[in-house]
Amino acid sequence: MDFLRPETLAEALELKASRPDALPIAGGTDVMVELNFDHRRPSALLDLTRVPELQRWEEGLRIGAGVPYARIIDELGARLPGLAMASRTVGSPQIRNRGTVGGNLGAASPAGDTHPVLLASDAVIEVASVRGTRMIPAAEFYLGVKRNALEQDELIVAVHLTPARGPQQFSKVGTRNAMVIAVCSFAISLFPRENRVGAAVGSAAPTPRRAPEAERFLASALDFRDPKPLPDSVKREFGELVSRAASPIDDVRGSAAYRKHALAVMARRTLGWAWQELLDGERACA
Amino acid sequence: MRVNVTVNGEQRQADDVWEGESLLFVLRERLGLPGSKNACEQGECGSCTVYLDDVPVCACLVAAGQAQDREVRTVEGLAEGDRLDPVQEAFVEAGAVQCGFCTPGLVVQAHDLLDRVPNPSDPEIREALAGNLCRCTGYEKVLDAVRLAASRR
Ligand SMILES: Cc1cc2nc3c(=O)[nH]c(=O)nc-3n(C[C@H](O)[C@H](O)[C@H](O)COP(=O)(O)OP(=O)(O)OC[C@H]3O[C@@H](n4cnc5c(N)ncnc54)[C@H](O)[C@@H]3O)c2cc1C
Ligand code: FES
Ligand code: FES
Repeated sequence: MDFLRPETLAEALELKASRPDALPIAGGTDVMVELNFDHRRPSALLDLTRVPELQRWEEGLRIGAGVPYARIIDELGARLPGLAMASRTVGSPQIRNRGTVGGNLGAASPAGDTHPVLLASDAVIEVASVRGTRMIPAAEFYLGVKRNALEQDELIVAVHLTPARGPQQFSKVGTRNAMVIAVCSFAISLFPRENRVGAAVGSAAPTPRRAPEAERFLASALDFRDPKPLPDSVKREFGELVSRAASPIDDVRGSAAYRKHALAVMARRTLGWAWQELLDGERACA
Repeated sequence: MRVNVTVNGEQRQADDVWEGESLLFVLRERLGLPGSKNACEQGECGSCTVYLDDVPVCACLVAAGQAQDREVRTVEGLAEGDRLDPVQEAFVEAGAVQCGFCTPGLVVQAHDLLDRVPNPSDPEIREALAGNLCRCTGYEKVLDAVRLAASRR
């Protein structure tokens, strides 16, 4: 096995082009488990932790693929509340100190916690190779179970997200508060000025996915200009539509029926929280 | 491959390191530092917690080559000569050590917490230690130890 240690992004892309077999490693929280348990024997590891372009974020926001969860929470929590909420639920402090959004995207597990948030907040994934750069909307990034839109010679460079323009929420079901792979998860983003809603489910289909019908229904049911307390019927219908967007399976973590039920509950609750935040905001302004 | 890394303030060198090897294996098996424990090798138990450039991480999930030219501080590096760190002392006095397997990881993680949050609340202590498993103590004495260490710092 080779250990490749690029010091710049250009060098990393050259290496990935000449060694498409090399497995990128960032925080290592997925890769090292596979190596320790002999589930994977790549011919080379491509260490990305020394590439400065990947370790920083810029206004806009453009977040380097190698920025760990702990820094997203500390440095960007106020501007990206949804992503910060999801990041806080990942693993443990030690895992959050090391694990990255780029790694979550690279692994593309249907249960990855950042995916529903990235989908609901219209994130765009910047990927690059020696051939050039591609901007891939999150909705087009997840192709199948642990399969993403990366070509063999490409690396994930950054995630582009606009600072939240309205309330965001994330919710996840698991057996305890730490160290839990989601049984299922849900993210919602409200865009009051655009009269729009983003909603997406995780761990409830072969890929994380948006719930377009639920988004459309809610956008037409909500009155962003003159927000009033929400009738239960709206919350319930939204929950139903979110649940219908999922196509979960039975597995060790939960049954398909349970997942569908839990998604409807999470959708109702997170909508309630997000809408309350909007109402409280209105009141504070008045 | 060869890995050069600063461990507990000393420049160290490990040879014949396999490229897929973990930092934990290098510390324990090649550098003679068995303080960090190996229990799960999958990030679940925290018994291998060490500082990597001042940030606590699971050494089992760091590729040895990623530690090249970086600074590692293990539980062996917390005491000053014969004087235990206050966190270590508190663990002994509070009876937070039974079999001791989880202790090195808990001590490093608690040490980091108290560096960042000198007077942590109980929820903050629980949150900070959520990635460290102990099969013996039931955690109550561990919480006592962290509170005791905080009161003394
Ligand atoms: C104990 C434990 C608990 C966990 N809990 C959670 C959890 O609660 N929620 C959750 O979502 N995940 C969890 N995970 C999984 C993991 O921590 C996350 O998926 C994390 O985001 C991976 O990031 P990383 O930087 O460590 O990735 P790595 O392990 O370094 O890489 C993961 C994959 O992405 C690829 N990759 C990494 N960076 C790039 C890049 N820039 N370009 C192209 N490919 C790249 C790698 O080749 C690999 O295939 C947990 C893991 C452990 C060990
Ligand atoms: S041995 Fe590293 S976390 Fe368990
Ligand atoms: S004292 Fe035995 S595992 Fe914690």
